Amino acid sequence: MLRINSIDNGVIIDHIHVGLGLKIFQYLGLDKADYSVALIMNAASAKLEKKDLIKIENKVDIDYTVLGLIDPNITVDIIENGVIKEKVKLSLPEKVENVIRCKNPRCITSIENYIPHIFHLVDKAKGEYRCTYCDEIYRVSEIRE
Amino acid sequence: MLKGRHLIDPMDFSLEELDMIFELAGDIISHPGKYSDSMKGKLLATLFYEPSTRTRFSFEAAMLRLGGQVIGFSEPGSSSVSKGESVADTIKTVGCYADIAVMRHPKEGAPKVASLYSDIPVINAGDGGHQHPTQTLTDLLTIKKVKGRLSDLTIGFCGDLKFGRTVHSLIKALSRYENIKIVFISPDELKVPEYIRSEILIKNRIDFAEAERIEDVIGDLDILYMTRVQKERFFNEDDYIRLKDRFILDKEKMELAKDSMIVLHPLPRVNEIAYEIDNDPRAMYFMQAKYGMYVRMALMLKLLGVR
Repeated sequence: MLRINSIDNGVIIDHIHVGLGLKIFQYLGLDKADYSVALIMNAASAKLEKKDLIKIENKVDIDYTVLGLIDPNITVDIIENGVIKEKVKLSLPEKVENVIRCKNPRCITSIENYIPHIFHLVDKAKGEYRCTYCDEIYRVSEIRE
Repeated sequence: MLKGRHLIDPMDFSLEELDMIFELAGDIISHPGKYSDSMKGKLLATLFYEPSTRTRFSFEAAMLRLGGQVIGFSEPGSSSVSKGESVADTIKTVGCYADIAVMRHPKEGAPKVASLYSDIPVINAGDGGHQHPTQTLTDLLTIKKVKGRLSDLTIGFCGDLKFGRTVHSLIKALSRYENIKIVFISPDELKVPEYIRSEILIKNRIDFAEAERIEDVIGDLDILYMTRVQKERFFNEDDYIRLKDRFILDKEKMELAKDSMIVLHPLPRVNEIAYEIDNDPRAMYFMQAKYGMYVRMALMLKLLGVR
C-alpha cells in the first residue's frame, strides 16, 4: 500500500469525492506550488469507501473558499506540531472565478474566451450564483452536477 | 462623483446621482445655448455591433449638440471586429482616440467586459435582451418632467412584459421610489417573469395587480407604458400573429383615462398605439424620445466631468 508520511505542520484536505482531487489541486493552484504537496487518489476510506486527499506541508495560508462550492463534505484540518489545531468550516464563497462556466449562449463569455468566468453569491439560503456579465442565475445543485 | 464612471446597469447610480443627471438635463432643456460648446474638443466613439437607428442617432445628436464630435461604426462588418478583434482590444484601442464610448452589442454583458478593460467611460446602449440603461434614464426623466415626481404613481405596463427589457429595467428603477403601484396588462404568454415579481416587487413590497383588458384599468393609471410585441422574440410566426394585436390603445380607450394620465412607449411602435392618438396631449412618446437625447447629453457631461 502507498504510504505518504504524516505532516507535522500544514493542511490536510480530506474526504474529497473520488475523481475531484486533481480538479481541486488545480483550483487551489497547488500545481504551481513551490512547497511540498501530495495528492493521493483512490485512498481507502471508512466513510466513503474510496476518497482523494491532499496534504500540504508547512503552508496554511491558502484560500479554501472554493471548496465550499465544490463539495461541503470535504474536511480541511490545519495541523500544528503533529496535532489538529483547527478544523476549517466550509461555506459558500461570495465570489468564484473560473470555477463555474456560464452556459448562457447569449452571454459574452460564450464567444470571447479570454474573459474570466466570474460569479457572485446572490442568495446564500437558496445557494444561487449570478454571472457577473449576463446575470444568469445558477443553483449550487446544478453547478455540482 | 460621476466623473470617470461607466453606465452598464440601470441600478449603477444612486438616487442622488440620478437626480444630479435629471437636474442637469432640465437645465439643458431650459438653456440649450449655454451648453452648445461645452464638449468642444471631446470625441464620442459609437461602437454598434448590431444596427440601431434611434439610440445611435440620439447619442450622436446629443454629442453634436454639445459641440463635441463623433466617430464609430454602426455594424461590425465595417470594422476590425470582422477580423476577429475582441471587445477588450477594441475598447483599449478606441480609448486611445476617444474620450467616451457607447456600445451596443448582441451578447449580454459585452459592455460590462468593455468597461473592465477601458480607460474611458463606457455607456451600455443595449446588450442583447439584457439591459438598456439609457432608455431607463429616458423614461425616468420623462416621468419626472411631465408628472413632476417619481413617487406616488400608478403605472400600467402593457404588451410584451416577458421579453421587454425596457419594462424590466424601469420596474427595477421605480422600485426605489416611494408609493409606486403597478398594473400589468399582457397576454398569458407574455407575462412579466417570475423573478421580477419575487425579487423586485414582493421583496420591495410594491403593490401590483394584473388585468386582461386596458379598458378595465386605464381609469386608475397615472402612466400607461405601452410596448411592442417583438417579432424577433418568437420562434413561431403563428404565435406572433395571434398576439401582436391583442392590445391596441385607441381613442375610445383613451376616453376612459384621466386627463392627467400620460402614454409612454420606448418606440418603435407597430400597431399597439393607434395613430389617431398621436395628437392627444397625453401622448408623450415622441417627447420621450426628445428627453432621451437630453438625458444622454447630461449623462455624458457628468461622466466626463465637464459639468
